[in-house]
Amino acid sequence: MSHHIVEVTDLTHTYPDGTMAVRGISFRIHHGESVAVVGANGAGKSTLLLHLNGYLTPQHGSVRIGDFPLTKATVQDIRKTVGMIFQDPDDQLFMPTVYDDVAFGPLNLGLPPEEVEIRVQDALVRTAVAHLRERPPYKLSGGEKRAVAIATVLAMTPDILVMDEPSSNLDPRARRTLIELLAGFHHTKIIATHDLDMVLDLCERTIVIHEGTIMADGPTLDIFNDMELLARSHLEKPFRLQGCPICSGELSR
Amino acid sequence: MHMADALLSPAVGGTMWVATAGTIAHCAKKVQRDLDDRKIPLMGVLGAFIFAAQMINFTIPATGSSGHLGGGMILAILLGPYAAFLTIASVLTVQALFFADGGLLALGCNIFNLGIFPCFISYPLIYKPIAGRRPSPTKIAIGATLGAVVALQLGALGVVVETVTSGISSLPLKPFLSVMLPIHLAIGLVEGLVTTAVVSFVWKARPEILELTAAAKPLGALNLRNVLAGLMVAAVVTGGALSWFASSSPDGLEWSMFKVTGSEELDAPEEGVHHTLATLQEKTAFLPDYGFKQSSPTESIENSEPETSSWPMIDSGTSTSGLVGGILTLMMAAALGLLFKRRAHTV
Amino acid sequence: MAKIESAFFDLSYLDALARRNTCIHRLDPRIKVIATAVFVICVVSFHKYAISAMLPFALVLVLVMGLAEVPASYVARKLLIVSPFAVMVGIFNPLLDHQPLMQLGPIVISGGWISFFSILLRFSLTVSAVLLLIASTGFNAVCMAMVKLGMPRIFAVQLLMLYRYIFVLVDEGIRIHQARALRSFQKRGLSMKTFSHLVGQLLLRTLDRAQRIHLAMLCRGFDGTIRIQRVFTITKGDLFFLANCCTVLFLLRYFDLPLYIGRLLTRLLS
Ligand SMILES: Nc1ncnc2c1ncn2[C@@H]1O[C@H](COP(=O)(O)OP(=O)(O)OP(=O)(O)O)[C@@H](O)[C@H]1O
Ligand SMILES: [Mg+2]
Repeated sequence: MSHHIVEVTDLTHTYPDGTMAVRGISFRIHHGESVAVVGANGAGKSTLLLHLNGYLTPQHGSVRIGDFPLTKATVQDIRKTVGMIFQDPDDQLFMPTVYDDVAFGPLNLGLPPEEVEIRVQDALVRTAVAHLRERPPYKLSGGEKRAVAIATVLAMTPDILVMDEPSSNLDPRARRTLIELLAGFHHTKIIATHDLDMVLDLCERTIVIHEGTIMADGPTLDIFNDMELLARSHLEKPFRLQGCPICSGELSR
Repeated sequence: MHMADALLSPAVGGTMWVATAGTIAHCAKKVQRDLDDRKIPLMGVLGAFIFAAQMINFTIPATGSSGHLGGGMILAILLGPYAAFLTIASVLTVQALFFADGGLLALGCNIFNLGIFPCFISYPLIYKPIAGRRPSPTKIAIGATLGAVVALQLGALGVVVETVTSGISSLPLKPFLSVMLPIHLAIGLVEGLVTTAVVSFVWKARPEILELTAAAKPLGALNLRNVLAGLMVAAVVTGGALSWFASSSPDGLEWSMFKVTGSEELDAPEEGVHHTLATLQEKTAFLPDYGFKQSSPTESIENSEPETSSWPMIDSGTSTSGLVGGILTLMMAAALGLLFKRRAHTV
Repeated sequence: MAKIESAFFDLSYLDALARRNTCIHRLDPRIKVIATAVFVICVVSFHKYAISAMLPFALVLVLVMGLAEVPASYVARKLLIVSPFAVMVGIFNPLLDHQPLMQLGPIVISGGWISFFSILLRFSLTVSAVLLLIASTGFNAVCMAMVKLGMPRIFAVQLLMLYRYIFVLVDEGIRIHQARALRSFQKRGLSMKTFSHLVGQLLLRTLDRAQRIHLAMLCRGFDGTIRIQRVFTITKGDLFFLANCCTVLFLLRYFDLPLYIGRLLTRLLS
């Protein structure tokens, strides 16, 4: 399975209004890696991620997923490989019930009804929300919505999970549940986030983006201990590494 | 203005249902064939948007009363006629099912009255030719206002014709029209102003959104001859309606309506139409609870606020009373509104 | 605002009612849609002055309401608030139609009053029937049933998405509205200008949201058609219910039961 590589080369994106959101980004992510993409607001994280499943096509440079370069011709296949989880689960849960939502993808793949049923049930069990099956999405809590959103993506059996701020708007408990859930997945994971403590838990590698370019790319701990780098990228050292026993969670363990 | 089951005969309700269902099927086919699949989520959320927007009331300029968005014109401008029609239909269906606005049978009439006219008359024949591919604030304003006024006039005409032909209500055509049309002229003007304001806001913030729908040609090439032909039809329809309601003597149609309603056995001549109209005028100088707010769901109760109960006198007999009366009433409403406003400030 | 918040309370309340499990709830949604349609058509097809002949239909409704465990007080409350265009128009009947139709001792009742009450009754019956359908079936199931009955799928999708996002957008609208209310101190209504900014803002956010939803759909293989898998099965019990229901409704429509009972009673008493 070594072909599930994400390779971005010299990617540039300018929005129609002239905003240069991404300016020449290159990196390579291997199968099974778990990588955080961090950076200040407006750094270009979301724009970068939108390229990974072909919503935006590279204006300059290239994106390769596995063996395929991302083009109009391959975008359908690439979307089956790359599962995307959005910041606002309300955008992702557009169907009348949880079941319909999770079944949406498998039905589009043209799977037979029994297979759809198996996939839905499997995805709901993996995200621990099987009991919500018949509920309408607007009756769910934020944490439940997030879990269902992840289930909708898992039902597509992607090899790569791309997440944009998955832990935003979650209370501490829901956040903890989410982290445990994600830690249990063996997919290749790319997570854009402001939650550096979560990065410590989930990602061995971190890419720091600042104003559309890569400031640093390396092992998470190295990066989070580089005070100067963090300051330059408008980031702060996670509480847990600041040596405070309460914040670092030492007491609760 | 929502038509209600209680006022409909099965024949009228059924006919309108068939007409509406046919239009929905046609639009569904068109939208499905339209390759732009972005429209599917767009229609869904815009329908929800209309609901959310309708909950915000604004103060109608120069009066104290408040109104809210209807939304037909905005949808047509943002989505094009076919998708907009489906969206309007969905909004009305949800209103019918949850807020008991109208009812099942009346749904056909309501979708027809509030959907067909903005989408298939006002948008292609008025808004589009005026605003064109390169809209400007003035073009948007003129197109949206005219469009909203015409759509609401025709919609009101629809309500009246459906009510009268159903014959459950005893209201004759002419006085009913002479109340509904001026009121909807006012409502249409307000709707036009709001539509203009919102569309201009969007246009200033993101001109590309409007240009997108303006550039898309959901009606196919709309050539000038078609536009003229359409305008002719609209003129004939409106002219016909106006002459109906302007003709001073009760015409044949009205008498036949009376036959239909079964009141032909009115016992004495002085109990005839003129007498009834006079009684009507005598007894109902004010139409209670009939203000701008009336076009909204579920707010009949607040409607008893003084500002909104100031609606027009029924000017039954004389001809051309409609328009003049409408303008007069508008002014009266404005004056009364101001009065109330001042009172509210001093208190 | 209060008004709309209560309207949305209604949405979720009806939704909650629809999730109960009674014999009416268990019926196939298609059966219930058809039965409701038959009911409404029977009621509106009564002649203008019918009152007593229509009353048995109220009985049917109350019966179903009881079986479905829908609180009658809720339906009654809804009837009172609902925008009464019908009432407004109907109120003219007594003024226009003086034909004496009925005599109650010394009081002569004109056709106008009778037809007015007939309108009120029609209104209550048709409105309650629809509420009952939703309260015992749920909006989603009604939509899917309509698809099976021939409604274009794209229109059903439109209805379902509209319903799905009402909750989200109303929240958003309330937030924008409150943000403004916090910054402005007078309680008066919005000026047209502020209103258009508010609504314009909401519209822009809505357009952005539509774009994100579209993206989410694309990510899961959306190709322009929305597929919903829903299996409905009409059982013998369903058919039995529908047949009985239609028979009863047609009988009630064509035989004026209250009249017969009235005649019988008067004859017995005299
Ligand atoms: N649709 C758009 N049109 C124009 N400019 C945009 C658009 N979306 C984003 N931008 C701009 O592109 C830049 C990068 O935005 P992006 O959303 O990628 O940042 P981000 O790192 O995800 O920020 P955040 O942490 O706030 O989510 C910003 O300057 C933003 O204003
Ligand atoms: Mg972002």
